[in-house]
Amino acid sequence: MITFMNNSDSEEEPCNERTSLMSAESPPVPSYQDGLQASQAGEAQAHRKRRTGSSRSPNNIADGEMSDSGVPVREGALENEEEELTLKYGAKHVIMLFVPVTLCMIVVVATIKSVRFYTEKNGQLIYTPFTEDTPSVGQRLLNSVLNTIIMISVIVVMTVFLVLLYKYRCYKFIHGWLILSSLMLLFLFTYIYLGEVLKTYNVAMDYPTLFLIIWNFGAVGMICIHWKGPLQLQQAYLIMISALMALVFIKYLPEWSAWVILGAISIYDLMAVLCPKGPLRMLVETAQERNEPIFPALIYSSAMIWTVGMAKPDTAARRSSQQAWDAAEDGRENHRSPSHADSQMSEARSPVPSRPITSFEELEEEERGVKLGLGDFIFYSVLVGKAAATASGDWNTTLACFVAILIGLCLTLLLLAVFKKALPALPISITFGLIFYFSTDNLVRPFMDTLASHQLYI
Amino acid sequence: AFFWLVSLLLASLVWFVSVRLSDRGDARLQHGLLVFGAAVSVLLQELFRFAYFKLLKKADEGLATISEDGRSPISLRQMAYVSGLSFGIISGIFSVINILADSIGPGTVGIHGDSPYYFITSAFLTMALVLLHTFWGVIFFDACEKRRYGCLGLVVASHLLTSGLTFLNPRYEASLGPIFIITLCTGLWAFVTAGGSFRSLLKCLSCKQEDNSRVMTYSALRVPCED
Repeated sequence: MITFMNNSDSEEEPCNERTSLMSAESPPVPSYQDGLQASQAGEAQAHRKRRTGSSRSPNNIADGEMSDSGVPVREGALENEEEELTLKYGAKHVIMLFVPVTLCMIVVVATIKSVRFYTEKNGQLIYTPFTEDTPSVGQRLLNSVLNTIIMISVIVVMTVFLVLLYKYRCYKFIHGWLILSSLMLLFLFTYIYLGEVLKTYNVAMDYPTLFLIIWNFGAVGMICIHWKGPLQLQQAYLIMISALMALVFIKYLPEWSAWVILGAISIYDLMAVLCPKGPLRMLVETAQERNEPIFPALIYSSAMIWTVGMAKPDTAARRSSQQAWDAAEDGRENHRSPSHADSQMSEARSPVPSRPITSFEELEEEERGVKLGLGDFIFYSVLVGKAAATASGDWNTTLACFVAILIGLCLTLLLLAVFKKALPALPISITFGLIFYFSTDNLVRPFMDTLASHQLYI
Repeated sequence: AFFWLVSLLLASLVWFVSVRLSDRGDARLQHGLLVFGAAVSVLLQELFRFAYFKLLKKADEGLATISEDGRSPISLRQMAYVSGLSFGIISGIFSVINILADSIGPGTVGIHGDSPYYFITSAFLTMALVLLHTFWGVIFFDACEKRRYGCLGLVVASHLLTSGLTFLNPRYEASLGPIFIITLCTGLWAFVTAGGSFRSLLKCLSCKQEDNSRVMTYSALRVPCED
């Protein structure tokens, strides 16, 4: 308890947990606090779900790694050392984020390429009412723009609603909302997904077995996400949920609308995170004022942050898995609720350090994870999945989009290291992804096809 | 990989524009444009390799200034290898993944009179290309570092030569054989450039432990500062 109190006392530290990408310039001690606050950066935004509103996960990466090393000024060996550590950890954290993003994309692309259900057009969401089966190109374009406007406004409204709920401390409502949406995601969508996969591979399965599997999967998922669980399992669940959500979007968004929505979402993300009156920024600031963690649910965390100073970063990393918070992904369904339960949980956890509080000097080496909002996962996977689904059966486009998104993520993390404040993770990656998708599909594909047909290599 | 993709993009743009502006019916012209497109692509790839070298050099300097002992944690040789490898991987993947995807599906190879060895030769060519890119990366970076422009020109020329040899393609003896010879030679050249020698190869193979004071720098202990 004492550590936690100490941690919370240090409010003078510039807790820059704004948006997803945060370099927590927290002083050595309150790592836990900063990490949590950093995670708030990415509150969910996505809510495009069929029935309920789904809040997207914070499209931000909270980076709680750096301990106050900003400009590499040669003022002291300590600062240089910190800077070097920052870069080392920065590079490691880039890799730590590459792996889950890649995994999510692989799951989505594999499903798209094999299960035909997700590429069939079976209607549209109510959020995109205008159809794209129109005779003229202009009409189609107009319809897709209108769809986008509706979708984005729904997202904005839900975000503002969530921020208001948070401001007026309606934690129970938010928490209930979160649980409901994760329930739906974990049970209903998994059931549909499993059904379609079994259909594709023509595997017979009886209902009792199916019930058992889905029940176990869903129950463990709820526990892992909303309560405690091993870090790897939590991460795996978050990845699966993001993939499921992305698949829903890929199936139900008509083609041109999907691309326009992707573009509009990244612009919105940019504004919501960086403008002074943006909802995400207000959310983070409110959470900061109250010194509460913002929605640890909806954020993917790559490592754990622990409250006590650990002597060895390695063992600490392993040990901190018990303190892994950021499970709750609860999805995109209208989550912008700072789960009250989470703050309670954090307090409950602080008196359970696996080691006694040792020297604080060694805290410089402590490792904090990088956090990326689940909405980012979802939209990255939507982009790559759409590329896989609609690029005339071509793998080159998918790969090009994949590389573009990863490079965008890399650049965003680099900017985070430079600016040390919360940053939106969507704009750069989505821009690169879109540019590469359209150019690869229209320019590179005919070139490579012609070369391959003559077996020419460049 | 990103840089290679951008170079490919620009090259495709050039080719696309040239095809659009040209007469579609003329097969010889189209073939000529393809040759032109391939050559432009090779040159652009090398150009982007150079640009990547410049970028890495800057990053290297940055890392060196902020590190404690004035040396960057990654040597330029390692960067050269990684850069070459990534160029090779992305180039190989782009060349071969569609072929692989098609090879799963139903079909007969060479039913229209083309060579039935298409898949296997594609596999070998791709392997050669990946290895070549890696070797070229190492040699290129080293040549840029030491400002040996002759070596640089040789690398570009060998890339052009390799790409040109693939134009002879249904005659596999004419293309596959020389390409493998080029791969071997370039490999040896890269090995020598990276500082290897027959002796170091023997040492590596016999797994002898080197008793070296430089061992210290690899451990967690810090080299005492010489003030």
